[in-house]
Amino acid sequence: MNDTCLEFRNLTLGYDGHAAVHHLNGAVERGSLTAVLGANGSGKSTLMKGIAGILKPLGGGCVSSARRLAYLPQLSELDRSFPARVVDLVSLGFWQQRGLFGRVTRDDKGRLSGCLDAVGLSGFEARPLDSLSGGQMQRALFARTMLQDADLILLDEPFNAVDDETMRDLLAVVAQWAGEGRTVFCVLHDHALARAHFPQALLMARKQVAWGRTEEVMTSDNLSRARSFQEAWDDTAGWCEEPRGLQRHLHGDGAGPDASVRKAAAHG
Amino acid sequence: MVEWLVSPFLEYGFMQRALFGSVVLSVSCAPVGVFLMLRRMSLTGDAMSHAILPGAALGFLLFGLEILPMTIGGLVVGLLVALGSGLVSRFTVQKEDASMAAFYLISLAVGVLLVSWRGSSVDLMHVLFGSVLALNNEALGVILGIAVATFIALGLFWRALVAECLDPLFLRSVSRIGGPAHFLFLVLVVLNLVGGFQALGTLLSVGLMMLPAAASRFWSNDVRALCLIAIAIAVASSLSGLLLSYHASMPSGPAIIMVAGVAYMFSALFGRRGVLASALPSRRHKAA
Repeated sequence: MNDTCLEFRNLTLGYDGHAAVHHLNGAVERGSLTAVLGANGSGKSTLMKGIAGILKPLGGGCVSSARRLAYLPQLSELDRSFPARVVDLVSLGFWQQRGLFGRVTRDDKGRLSGCLDAVGLSGFEARPLDSLSGGQMQRALFARTMLQDADLILLDEPFNAVDDETMRDLLAVVAQWAGEGRTVFCVLHDHALARAHFPQALLMARKQVAWGRTEEVMTSDNLSRARSFQEAWDDTAGWCEEPRGLQRHLHGDGAGPDASVRKAAAHG
Repeated sequence: MVEWLVSPFLEYGFMQRALFGSVVLSVSCAPVGVFLMLRRMSLTGDAMSHAILPGAALGFLLFGLEILPMTIGGLVVGLLVALGSGLVSRFTVQKEDASMAAFYLISLAVGVLLVSWRGSSVDLMHVLFGSVLALNNEALGVILGIAVATFIALGLFWRALVAECLDPLFLRSVSRIGGPAHFLFLVLVVLNLVGGFQALGTLLSVGLMMLPAAASRFWSNDVRALCLIAIAIAVASSLSGLLLSYHASMPSGPAIIMVAGVAYMFSALFGRRGVLASALPSRRHKAA
Protein backbone atom coordinates (compact mmCIF):
# COMPACT_ATOMS: atom_id res chain seq x y z
CA MET A 1 0.00 0.00 0.00
CA ASN A 2 1.35 3.44 -0.92
CA ASP A 3 1.43 5.56 2.24
CA THR A 4 2.88 8.65 0.57
CA CYS A 5 0.42 11.42 -0.11
CA LEU A 6 2.81 14.02 -1.47
CA GLU A 7 6.36 13.86 -2.73
CA PHE A 8 8.78 16.68 -3.53
CA ARG A 9 11.37 15.81 -6.15
CA ASN A 10 14.10 18.41 -6.09
CA LEU A 11 11.36 21.02 -6.12
CA THR A 12 12.51 24.58 -6.76
CA LEU A 13 9.96 27.39 -6.72
CA GLY A 14 10.48 31.10 -7.07
CA TYR A 15 9.81 34.36 -8.76
CA ASP A 16 11.61 36.04 -11.66
CA GLY A 17 14.13 33.23 -11.71
CA HIS A 18 15.10 33.68 -8.03
CA ALA A 19 14.56 30.56 -5.95
CA ALA A 20 12.31 30.97 -2.90
CA VAL A 21 12.12 27.22 -2.23
CA HIS A 22 15.38 25.57 -3.25
CA HIS A 23 15.84 21.88 -4.08
CA LEU A 24 13.25 20.46 -1.72
CA ASN A 25 13.13 16.68 -1.51
CA GLY A 26 10.99 14.46 0.63
CA ALA A 27 7.69 12.76 1.10
CA VAL A 28 4.63 13.52 3.17
CA GLU A 29 3.02 10.52 4.79
CA ARG A 30 -0.67 9.99 4.22
CA GLY A 31 -2.71 11.04 7.23
CA SER A 32 0.14 13.04 8.75
CA LEU A 33 -0.22 16.42 10.43
CA THR A 34 2.75 18.61 9.48
CA ALA A 35 3.54 22.13 10.64
CA VAL A 36 5.55 24.15 8.10
CA LEU A 37 7.72 26.59 10.04
CA GLY A 38 10.21 29.32 9.25
CA ALA A 39 10.76 33.05 9.35
CA ASN A 40 9.05 35.54 7.09
CA GLY A 41 10.28 35.12 3.53
CA SER A 42 11.49 31.58 4.14
CA GLY A 43 9.36 30.13 1.32
CA LYS A 44 6.48 28.59 3.28
CA SER A 45 3.64 30.26 1.37
CA THR A 46 5.50 29.79 -1.91
CA LEU A 47 5.69 26.06 -1.16
CA MET A 48 1.93 25.98 -0.55
CA LYS A 49 1.26 27.71 -3.88
CA GLY A 50 3.55 25.24 -5.60
CA ILE A 51 1.73 22.24 -4.09
CA ALA A 52 -1.64 23.76 -4.99
CA GLY A 53 -0.46 24.14 -8.59
CA ILE A 54 -0.86 27.91 -8.58
CA LEU A 55 2.89 28.52 -8.98
CA LYS A 56 4.82 26.57 -11.59
CA PRO A 57 8.17 25.12 -10.44
CA LEU A 58 11.43 26.62 -11.66
CA GLY A 59 12.82 23.10 -11.41
CA GLY A 60 11.95 19.63 -10.19
CA GLY A 61 8.41 18.76 -9.31
CA CYS A 62 5.84 17.81 -6.79
CA VAL A 63 3.83 14.62 -7.14
CA SER A 64 0.61 14.13 -5.25
CA SER A 65 -1.42 10.96 -5.01
CA ALA A 66 -4.23 12.84 -3.29
CA ARG A 67 -7.65 12.28 -4.74
CA ARG A 68 -8.62 15.84 -3.90
CA LEU A 69 -6.72 18.88 -2.62
CA ALA A 70 -7.98 21.83 -0.58
CA TYR A 71 -5.94 25.02 -0.20
CA LEU A 72 -6.68 27.81 2.24
CA PRO A 73 -4.26 30.63 1.35
CA GLN A 74 -2.77 33.16 3.73
CA LEU A 75 -3.76 36.14 1.62
CA SER A 76 -7.08 35.25 0.14
CA GLU A 77 -8.12 37.06 -3.01
CA LEU A 78 -11.63 36.88 -1.65
CA ASP A 79 -13.65 40.00 -2.47
CA ARG A 80 -15.50 40.71 0.76
CA SER A 81 -17.52 43.47 -0.85
CA PHE A 82 -19.03 40.94 -3.29
CA PRO A 83 -22.78 40.66 -2.71
CA ALA A 84 -22.80 37.12 -1.37
CA ARG A 85 -23.97 35.35 1.75
CA VAL A 86 -22.04 32.96 3.95
CA VAL A 87 -23.86 30.02 2.37
CA ASP A 88 -22.74 31.16 -1.12
CA LEU A 89 -19.10 31.28 -0.05
CA VAL A 90 -19.13 27.99 1.84
CA SER A 91 -20.99 26.08 -0.89
CA LEU A 92 -18.08 26.81 -3.25
CA GLY A 93 -16.56 23.88 -1.35
CA PHE A 94 -18.76 21.55 -3.42
CA TRP A 95 -16.98 22.58 -6.61
CA GLN A 96 -14.71 19.55 -6.94
CA GLN A 97 -17.62 17.18 -6.27
CA ARG A 98 -20.37 18.85 -8.25
CA GLY A 99 -18.35 20.67 -10.93
CA LEU A 100 -19.67 23.52 -13.03
CA PHE A 101 -23.07 22.12 -13.82
CA GLY A 102 -23.92 19.72 -10.96
CA ARG A 103 -26.70 20.73 -8.63
CA VAL A 104 -26.30 20.93 -4.88
CA THR A 105 -28.44 18.14 -3.44
CA ARG A 106 -30.46 17.99 -0.24
CA ASP A 107 -27.73 15.82 1.29
CA ASP A 108 -25.19 18.47 0.35
CA LYS A 109 -27.24 21.10 2.15
CA GLY A 110 -27.25 18.86 5.21
CA ARG A 111 -23.47 18.53 5.03
CA LEU A 112 -23.13 22.28 4.65
CA SER A 113 -25.19 22.87 7.78
CA GLY A 114 -23.08 20.30 9.61
CA CYS A 115 -19.84 22.04 8.59
CA LEU A 116 -21.16 25.47 9.64
CA ASP A 117 -22.18 23.93 12.95
CA ALA A 118 -18.72 22.41 13.40
CA VAL A 119 -17.03 25.82 13.05
CA GLY A 120 -19.60 27.59 15.24
CA LEU A 121 -21.41 29.43 12.44
CA SER A 122 -24.86 27.89 12.75
CA GLY A 123 -27.46 30.50 11.88
CA PHE A 124 -24.98 32.53 9.81
CA GLU A 125 -26.12 31.09 6.48
CA ALA A 126 -27.81 34.24 5.22
CA ARG A 127 -25.32 36.72 6.67
CA PRO A 128 -23.67 38.98 4.04
CA LEU A 129 -19.92 38.46 3.80
CA ASP A 130 -19.16 42.12 4.43
CA SER A 131 -20.78 41.84 7.87
CA LEU A 132 -18.43 39.08 9.10
CA SER A 133 -15.55 39.70 11.48
CA GLY A 134 -12.09 38.40 10.59
CA GLY A 135 -12.52 35.37 12.87
CA GLN A 136 -15.98 34.58 11.49
CA MET A 137 -14.63 34.78 7.96
CA GLN A 138 -11.86 32.34 8.85
CA ARG A 139 -14.44 29.98 10.35
CA ALA A 140 -16.48 30.20 7.14
CA LEU A 141 -13.37 29.44 5.07
CA PHE A 142 -12.68 26.41 7.29
CA ALA A 143 -16.26 25.25 6.72
CA ARG A 144 -15.68 25.56 2.97
CA THR A 145 -12.44 23.57 3.30
CA MET A 146 -14.33 20.87 5.24
CA LEU A 147 -16.93 20.64 2.48
CA GLN A 148 -14.21 20.07 -0.11
CA ASP A 149 -13.76 16.62 1.42
CA ALA A 150 -10.10 16.69 0.42
CA ASP A 151 -7.52 14.12 1.48
CA LEU A 152 -4.69 16.68 1.25
CA ILE A 153 -5.38 19.96 3.03
CA LEU A 154 -3.02 22.94 2.78
CA LEU A 155 -3.50 25.68 5.36
CA ASP A 156 -1.40 28.84 5.18
CA GLU A 157 -1.29 30.61 8.56
CA PRO A 158 -4.92 29.77 9.28
CA PHE A 159 -4.89 31.05 12.86
CA ASN A 160 -3.71 34.60 12.17
CA ALA A 161 -5.87 37.29 13.72
CA VAL A 162 -8.31 34.88 15.34
CA ASP A 163 -9.19 34.84 19.03
CA ASP A 164 -8.45 31.96 21.40
CA GLU A 165 -11.92 30.45 21.17
CA THR A 166 -11.90 30.52 17.37
CA MET A 167 -8.44 28.98 17.33
CA ARG A 168 -9.59 26.22 19.69
CA ASP A 169 -12.57 25.45 17.45
CA LEU A 170 -10.48 25.47 14.29
CA LEU A 171 -7.79 23.28 15.87
CA ALA A 172 -10.55 20.82 16.75
CA VAL A 173 -11.46 20.73 13.06
CA VAL A 174 -7.80 20.09 12.16
CA ALA A 175 -7.68 17.26 14.71
CA GLN A 176 -10.86 15.83 13.23
CA TRP A 177 -9.27 15.86 9.78
CA ALA A 178 -6.25 14.00 11.13
CA GLY A 179 -8.58 11.49 12.79
CA GLU A 180 -10.26 10.90 9.44
CA GLY A 181 -6.90 10.07 7.86
CA ARG A 182 -6.58 13.29 5.89
CA THR A 183 -3.14 14.78 5.35
CA VAL A 184 -2.73 18.31 6.69
CA PHE A 185 0.16 20.59 5.75
CA CYS A 186 -0.11 23.78 7.77
CA VAL A 187 2.06 26.92 7.78
CA LEU A 188 2.44 28.26 11.31
CA HIS A 189 4.41 30.92 13.16
CA ASP A 190 3.43 29.86 16.65
CA HIS A 191 6.03 27.34 17.79
CA ALA A 192 4.06 26.34 20.89
CA LEU A 193 1.06 25.55 18.71
CA ALA A 194 3.21 23.43 16.41
CA ARG A 195 4.68 21.49 19.34
CA ALA A 196 1.27 20.92 20.92
CA HIS A 197 -0.80 19.94 17.90
CA PHE A 198 1.43 18.89 14.99
CA PRO A 199 3.45 15.66 15.31
CA GLN A 200 5.51 16.43 12.18
CA ALA A 201 7.32 19.64 11.26
CA LEU A 202 9.17 21.03 8.24
CA LEU A 203 11.50 23.89 9.10
CA MET A 204 12.39 26.10 6.15
CA ALA A 205 14.82 28.88 5.30
CA ARG A 206 14.27 29.08 1.52
CA LYS A 207 15.39 25.48 1.60
CA GLN A 208 14.80 22.64 3.97
CA VAL A 209 16.53 23.08 7.34
CA ALA A 210 14.98 20.04 8.99
CA TRP A 211 12.00 17.76 8.48
CA GLY A 212 10.72 15.05 10.74
CA ARG A 213 9.21 14.63 14.19
CA THR A 214 8.40 18.04 15.59
CA GLU A 215 10.48 17.74 18.76
CA GLU A 216 13.51 16.65 16.71
CA VAL A 217 13.07 19.43 14.20
CA MET A 218 12.51 22.27 16.64
CA THR A 219 15.86 22.14 18.35
CA SER A 220 17.59 25.40 19.24
CA ASP A 221 20.34 24.57 16.76
CA ASN A 222 17.86 24.09 13.89
CA LEU A 223 15.85 27.16 14.82
CA SER A 224 19.02 29.22 14.96
CA ARG A 225 20.02 27.97 11.50
CA ALA A 226 16.55 28.77 10.19
CA ARG A 227 16.78 32.33 11.47
CA SER A 228 20.13 33.08 9.90
CA PHE A 229 19.19 32.84 6.24
CA GLN A 230 19.39 35.57 3.67
CA GLU A 231 15.84 36.85 3.20
CA ALA A 232 16.45 39.23 0.29
CA TRP A 233 17.17 38.15 -3.24
CA ASP A 234 20.76 38.36 -4.30
CA ASP A 235 20.71 40.10 -7.66
CA THR A 236 24.34 39.15 -8.25
CA ALA A 237 23.74 35.44 -7.59
CA GLY A 238 24.92 33.09 -10.30
CA TRP A 239 22.74 30.52 -12.02
CA CYS A 240 22.23 27.34 -10.07
CA GLU A 241 23.52 24.49 -12.21
CA GLU A 242 22.15 21.58 -10.21
CA PRO A 243 18.48 21.52 -11.21
CA ARG A 244 19.05 21.48 -14.93
CA GLY A 245 20.23 17.93 -15.19
CA LEU A 246 17.76 16.69 -12.66
CA GLN A 247 14.90 18.50 -14.31
CA ARG A 248 15.81 16.85 -17.58
CA HIS A 249 15.62 13.54 -15.79
CA LEU A 250 12.32 14.31 -14.18
CA HIS A 251 10.68 15.18 -17.44
CA GLY A 252 9.60 12.46 -19.82
CA ASP A 253 8.09 9.47 -18.03
CA GLY A 254 8.77 11.02 -14.66
CA ALA A 255 10.07 7.71 -13.34
CA GLY A 256 13.71 7.70 -14.34
CA PRO A 257 15.44 9.32 -11.41
CA ASP A 258 12.88 8.34 -8.79
CA ALA A 259 15.18 6.07 -6.87
CA SER A 260 17.93 8.64 -6.57
CA VAL A 261 15.53 11.41 -5.76
CA ARG A 262 13.79 9.40 -3.09
CA LYS A 263 17.11 8.46 -1.55
CA ALA A 264 17.84 12.14 -1.36
CA ALA A 265 14.71 12.70 0.66
CA ALA A 266 16.00 14.16 3.83
CA HIS A 267 13.02 14.09 6.12
CA GLY A 268 12.21 11.66 8.86
CA MET B 1 -51.94 60.14 -20.45
CA VAL B 2 -52.48 56.56 -21.57
CA GLU B 3 -52.56 57.76 -25.13
CA TRP B 4 -49.31 59.70 -24.56
CA LEU B 5 -47.73 56.46 -23.35
CA VAL B 6 -49.22 54.00 -25.81
CA SER B 7 -50.11 55.70 -29.06
CA PRO B 8 -46.56 56.11 -30.46
CA PHE B 9 -46.08 52.36 -30.22
CA LEU B 10 -49.50 51.55 -31.66
CA GLU B 11 -49.29 53.95 -34.55
CA TYR B 12 -45.77 53.51 -35.86
CA GLY B 13 -44.01 50.33 -36.88
CA PHE B 14 -40.58 51.90 -36.39
CA MET B 15 -41.49 52.70 -32.77
CA GLN B 16 -42.61 49.11 -32.21
CA ARG B 17 -39.33 47.80 -33.60
CA ALA B 18 -37.40 50.33 -31.53
CA LEU B 19 -39.25 49.25 -28.39
CA PHE B 20 -38.75 45.55 -29.09
CA GLY B 21 -35.06 46.03 -29.89
CA SER B 22 -34.24 48.21 -26.92
CA VAL B 23 -36.18 46.03 -24.46
CA VAL B 24 -34.49 42.82 -25.66
CA LEU B 25 -31.16 44.64 -25.54
CA SER B 26 -31.92 45.82 -22.00
CA VAL B 27 -32.72 42.31 -20.80
CA SER B 28 -29.49 41.00 -22.35
CA CYS B 29 -27.08 43.85 -21.52
CA ALA B 30 -28.01 44.55 -17.91
CA PRO B 31 -26.86 41.24 -16.31
CA VAL B 32 -23.59 41.45 -18.26
CA GLY B 33 -23.16 44.95 -16.85
CA VAL B 34 -23.78 43.65 -13.33
CA PHE B 35 -20.94 41.13 -13.67
CA LEU B 36 -18.67 43.79 -15.21
CA MET B 37 -19.35 45.97 -12.18
CA LEU B 38 -18.84 43.15 -9.68
CA ARG B 39 -15.55 42.24 -11.37
CA ARG B 40 -14.47 45.91 -11.02
CA MET B 41 -14.32 46.11 -14.80
CA SER B 42 -16.95 48.82 -15.28
CA LEU B 43 -14.67 50.86 -17.53
CA THR B 44 -13.80 47.78 -19.58
CA GLY B 45 -17.22 48.05 -21.23
CA ASP B 46 -16.37 51.59 -22.26
CA ALA B 47 -12.98 50.52 -23.58
CA MET B 48 -14.52 47.64 -25.52
CA SER B 49 -17.19 49.89 -27.00
CA HIS B 50 -14.37 51.99 -28.48
CA ALA B 51 -12.49 48.87 -29.51
CA ILE B 52 -15.25 47.57 -31.80
CA LEU B 53 -15.22 50.82 -33.80
CA PRO B 54 -12.80 49.76 -36.58
CA GLY B 55 -14.67 46.52 -37.24
CA ALA B 56 -18.03 48.26 -37.39
CA ALA B 57 -16.55 51.08 -39.48
CA LEU B 58 -14.97 48.64 -41.92
CA GLY B 59 -18.27 46.81 -42.33
CA PHE B 60 -20.03 50.12 -42.83
CA LEU B 61 -17.52 51.43 -45.36
CA LEU B 62 -17.46 48.23 -47.39
CA PHE B 63 -21.14 47.31 -47.31
CA GLY B 64 -22.94 50.47 -46.22
CA LEU B 65 -25.58 50.42 -43.54
CA GLU B 66 -25.88 46.63 -43.43
CA ILE B 67 -26.28 45.12 -40.01
CA LEU B 68 -24.51 41.82 -40.63
CA PRO B 69 -21.14 43.09 -41.97
CA MET B 70 -21.03 45.76 -39.25
CA THR B 71 -21.90 43.21 -36.55
CA ILE B 72 -19.38 40.66 -37.75
CA GLY B 73 -16.70 43.34 -38.15
CA GLY B 74 -17.33 44.69 -34.65
CA LEU B 75 -17.41 41.20 -33.20
CA VAL B 76 -14.13 40.09 -34.80
CA VAL B 77 -12.23 43.23 -33.77
CA GLY B 78 -13.76 43.21 -30.29
CA LEU B 79 -12.75 39.60 -29.77
CA LEU B 80 -9.23 40.30 -31.05
CA VAL B 81 -8.87 43.12 -28.52
CA ALA B 82 -10.30 40.97 -25.71
CA LEU B 83 -8.04 38.04 -26.64
CA GLY B 84 -4.94 40.20 -27.07
CA SER B 85 -5.34 42.05 -23.78
CA GLY B 86 -6.30 38.83 -22.00
CA LEU B 87 -3.22 36.99 -23.28
CA VAL B 88 -0.87 39.82 -22.32
CA SER B 89 -2.30 40.03 -18.81
CA ARG B 90 -2.32 36.25 -18.24
CA PHE B 91 1.25 35.64 -19.43
CA THR B 92 3.06 38.81 -18.37
CA VAL B 93 3.30 41.02 -15.30
CA GLN B 94 0.93 43.57 -16.83
CA LYS B 95 -2.55 43.82 -15.34
CA GLU B 96 -5.57 43.62 -17.58
CA ASP B 97 -6.57 47.29 -17.18
CA ALA B 98 -3.29 48.41 -18.74
CA SER B 99 -3.25 45.85 -21.56
CA MET B 100 -6.92 46.54 -22.31
CA ALA B 101 -6.19 50.29 -22.47
CA ALA B 102 -3.31 49.67 -24.88
CA PHE B 103 -5.29 47.41 -27.20
CA TYR B 104 -8.45 49.50 -27.26
CA LEU B 105 -6.51 52.70 -27.98
CA ILE B 106 -4.76 51.03 -30.93
CA SER B 107 -8.13 49.78 -32.14
CA LEU B 108 -9.81 53.15 -31.71
CA ALA B 109 -7.04 54.91 -33.65
CA VAL B 110 -7.40 52.40 -36.49
CA GLY B 111 -11.16 52.93 -36.48
CA VAL B 112 -10.96 56.71 -36.70
CA LEU B 113 -8.29 56.43 -39.43
CA LEU B 114 -10.53 54.10 -41.42
CA VAL B 115 -13.51 56.40 -41.17
CA SER B 116 -11.53 59.52 -42.03
CA TRP B 117 -9.79 57.73 -44.90
CA ARG B 118 -12.87 56.46 -46.67
CA GLY B 119 -15.90 57.92 -44.97
CA SER B 120 -17.37 61.26 -44.00
CA SER B 121 -18.29 62.83 -40.69
CA VAL B 122 -21.89 61.71 -41.29
CA ASP B 123 -20.68 58.07 -41.47
CA LEU B 124 -18.71 58.52 -38.28
CA MET B 125 -21.74 60.01 -36.53
CA HIS B 126 -23.82 57.01 -37.53
CA VAL B 127 -21.29 54.47 -36.29
CA LEU B 128 -20.74 56.40 -33.08
CA PHE B 129 -24.36 57.13 -32.24
CA GLY B 130 -26.54 54.67 -34.21
CA SER B 131 -30.28 55.03 -34.38
CA VAL B 132 -32.75 52.90 -32.50
CA LEU B 133 -35.51 54.25 -34.75
CA ALA B 134 -33.84 52.73 -37.80
CA LEU B 135 -33.77 49.15 -36.55
CA ASN B 136 -34.84 46.76 -39.30
CA ASN B 137 -35.97 43.17 -38.88
CA GLU B 138 -32.48 41.86 -39.57
CA ALA B 139 -31.06 44.01 -36.75
CA LEU B 140 -33.83 42.84 -34.41
CA GLY B 141 -32.97 39.24 -35.28
CA VAL B 142 -29.32 39.83 -34.41
CA ILE B 143 -30.26 41.48 -31.10
CA LEU B 144 -32.63 38.64 -30.21
CA GLY B 145 -30.00 36.03 -31.10
CA ILE B 146 -27.42 37.79 -28.93
CA ALA B 147 -29.88 37.97 -26.03
CA VAL B 148 -30.63 34.24 -26.25
CA ALA B 149 -26.91 33.39 -26.46
CA THR B 150 -26.20 35.66 -23.48
CA PHE B 151 -28.86 34.03 -21.33
CA ILE B 152 -27.73 30.51 -22.19
CA ALA B 153 -24.09 31.36 -21.48
CA LEU B 154 -24.89 33.17 -18.23
CA GLY B 155 -27.08 30.26 -17.11
CA LEU B 156 -24.41 27.67 -17.87
CA PHE B 157 -21.45 29.60 -16.46
CA TRP B 158 -23.21 31.44 -13.65
CA ARG B 159 -21.43 29.49 -10.91
CA ALA B 160 -18.01 29.97 -12.51
CA LEU B 161 -18.57 33.70 -13.00
CA VAL B 162 -19.67 34.14 -9.40
CA ALA B 163 -16.74 32.06 -8.10
CA GLU B 164 -14.26 33.97 -10.31
CA CYS B 165 -15.57 37.28 -8.92
CA LEU B 166 -15.84 36.15 -5.31
CA ASP B 167 -12.63 34.18 -4.80
CA PRO B 168 -10.48 33.78 -7.94
CA LEU B 169 -7.59 32.14 -6.06
CA PHE B 170 -9.92 29.46 -4.71
CA LEU B 171 -11.29 28.80 -8.18
CA ARG B 172 -7.74 28.44 -9.53
CA SER B 173 -6.96 25.90 -6.81
CA VAL B 174 -9.94 23.67 -7.67
CA SER B 175 -10.53 24.16 -11.39
CA ARG B 176 -9.10 25.44 -14.64
CA ILE B 177 -12.42 26.96 -15.63
CA GLY B 178 -11.45 30.50 -14.47
CA GLY B 179 -9.55 31.47 -17.63
CA PRO B 180 -12.11 30.15 -20.14
CA ALA B 181 -14.99 31.62 -18.10
CA HIS B 182 -13.27 35.01 -18.09
CA PHE B 183 -12.78 34.92 -21.86
CA LEU B 184 -16.34 33.74 -22.45
CA PHE B 185 -17.52 36.64 -20.33
CA LEU B 186 -15.51 39.09 -22.46
CA VAL B 187 -17.12 37.52 -25.54
CA LEU B 188 -20.53 38.25 -23.99
CA VAL B 189 -19.48 41.86 -23.36
CA VAL B 190 -18.40 42.27 -26.99
CA LEU B 191 -21.54 40.52 -28.30
CA ASN B 192 -23.83 42.79 -26.33
CA LEU B 193 -21.94 45.93 -27.30
CA VAL B 194 -22.10 44.87 -30.93
CA GLY B 195 -25.81 44.14 -30.51
CA GLY B 196 -26.27 47.60 -29.08
CA PHE B 197 -24.29 49.73 -31.49
CA GLN B 198 -26.86 49.58 -34.29
CA ALA B 199 -29.46 50.96 -31.91
CA LEU B 200 -27.40 53.22 -29.70
CA GLY B 201 -24.05 53.55 -31.48
CA THR B 202 -20.69 52.29 -30.27
CA LEU B 203 -20.32 55.04 -27.70
CA LEU B 204 -23.70 54.78 -26.03
CA SER B 205 -24.28 51.02 -26.21
CA VAL B 206 -22.20 50.66 -23.07
CA GLY B 207 -24.60 53.02 -21.29
CA LEU B 208 -27.46 50.53 -21.30
CA MET B 209 -25.01 47.96 -19.96
CA MET B 210 -23.41 49.93 -17.13
CA LEU B 211 -25.85 52.57 -15.88
CA PRO B 212 -28.65 50.18 -14.82
CA ALA B 213 -26.07 47.79 -13.36
CA ALA B 214 -24.37 50.55 -11.37
CA ALA B 215 -27.78 51.84 -10.21
CA SER B 216 -28.90 48.39 -9.05
CA ARG B 217 -26.00 48.15 -6.56
CA PHE B 218 -27.67 50.84 -4.43
CA TRP B 219 -30.75 48.66 -3.93
CA SER B 220 -29.61 45.11 -3.24
CA ASN B 221 -26.87 42.85 -1.91
CA ASP B 222 -27.73 39.74 -3.88
CA VAL B 223 -26.36 38.94 -7.35
CA ARG B 224 -29.62 37.57 -8.78
CA ALA B 225 -31.61 40.50 -7.41
CA LEU B 226 -29.01 42.91 -8.83
CA CYS B 227 -29.48 41.40 -12.29
CA LEU B 228 -33.29 41.64 -12.05
CA ILE B 229 -33.20 45.23 -10.78
CA ALA B 230 -30.72 46.21 -13.50
CA ILE B 231 -32.97 44.64 -16.15
CA ALA B 232 -36.00 46.50 -14.76
CA ILE B 233 -34.13 49.83 -14.79
CA ALA B 234 -32.82 49.20 -18.33
CA VAL B 235 -36.27 48.28 -19.67
CA ALA B 236 -37.89 51.29 -17.97
CA SER B 237 -35.13 53.56 -19.34
CA SER B 238 -35.63 52.21 -22.86
CA LEU B 239 -39.37 52.73 -22.72
CA SER B 240 -39.17 56.21 -21.16
CA GLY B 241 -36.29 57.24 -23.43
CA LEU B 242 -38.21 56.27 -26.55
CA LEU B 243 -41.29 58.19 -25.41
CA LEU B 244 -39.16 61.20 -24.56
CA SER B 245 -37.48 60.98 -27.92
CA TYR B 246 -40.84 60.75 -29.71
CA HIS B 247 -42.66 63.52 -27.85
CA ALA B 248 -39.76 65.95 -27.38
CA SER B 249 -38.10 65.28 -30.74
CA MET B 250 -34.85 64.21 -29.11
CA PRO B 251 -32.35 61.73 -30.58
CA SER B 252 -33.42 58.32 -29.27
CA GLY B 253 -30.10 56.81 -28.13
CA PRO B 254 -29.01 59.71 -25.91
CA ALA B 255 -32.58 60.01 -24.57
CA ILE B 256 -32.54 56.35 -23.41
CA ILE B 257 -29.11 56.71 -21.82
CA MET B 258 -30.07 60.02 -20.18
CA VAL B 259 -33.08 58.37 -18.52
CA ALA B 260 -30.81 55.54 -17.34
CA GLY B 261 -28.49 58.25 -16.01
CA VAL B 262 -31.35 59.82 -14.07
CA ALA B 263 -32.21 56.38 -12.66
CA TYR B 264 -28.57 56.04 -11.57
CA MET B 265 -28.51 59.48 -9.89
CA PHE B 266 -31.80 58.75 -8.14
CA SER B 267 -30.55 55.37 -6.94
CA ALA B 268 -27.23 56.82 -5.79
CA LEU B 269 -29.09 59.40 -3.72
CA PHE B 270 -32.14 57.55 -2.46
CA GLY B 271 -31.27 53.85 -2.80
CA ARG B 272 -31.31 51.56 0.24
CA ARG B 273 -27.49 51.64 0.13
CA GLY B 274 -27.22 55.11 -1.39
CA VAL B 275 -25.75 58.42 -0.24
CA LEU B 276 -28.64 59.54 1.96
CA ALA B 277 -29.02 56.16 3.66
CA SER B 278 -25.29 56.18 4.44
CA ALA B 279 -25.02 59.84 5.43
CA LEU B 280 -28.14 60.23 7.56
CA PRO B 281 -27.75 58.92 11.09
CA SER B 282 -30.07 56.02 11.75
CA ARG B 283 -32.53 56.74 14.56
CA ARG B 284 -33.01 53.10 15.42
CA HIS B 285 -30.75 50.11 15.70
CA LYS B 286 -31.26 46.46 16.44
CA ALA B 287 -30.18 45.12 19.79
CA ALA B 288 -28.22 42.20 18.30
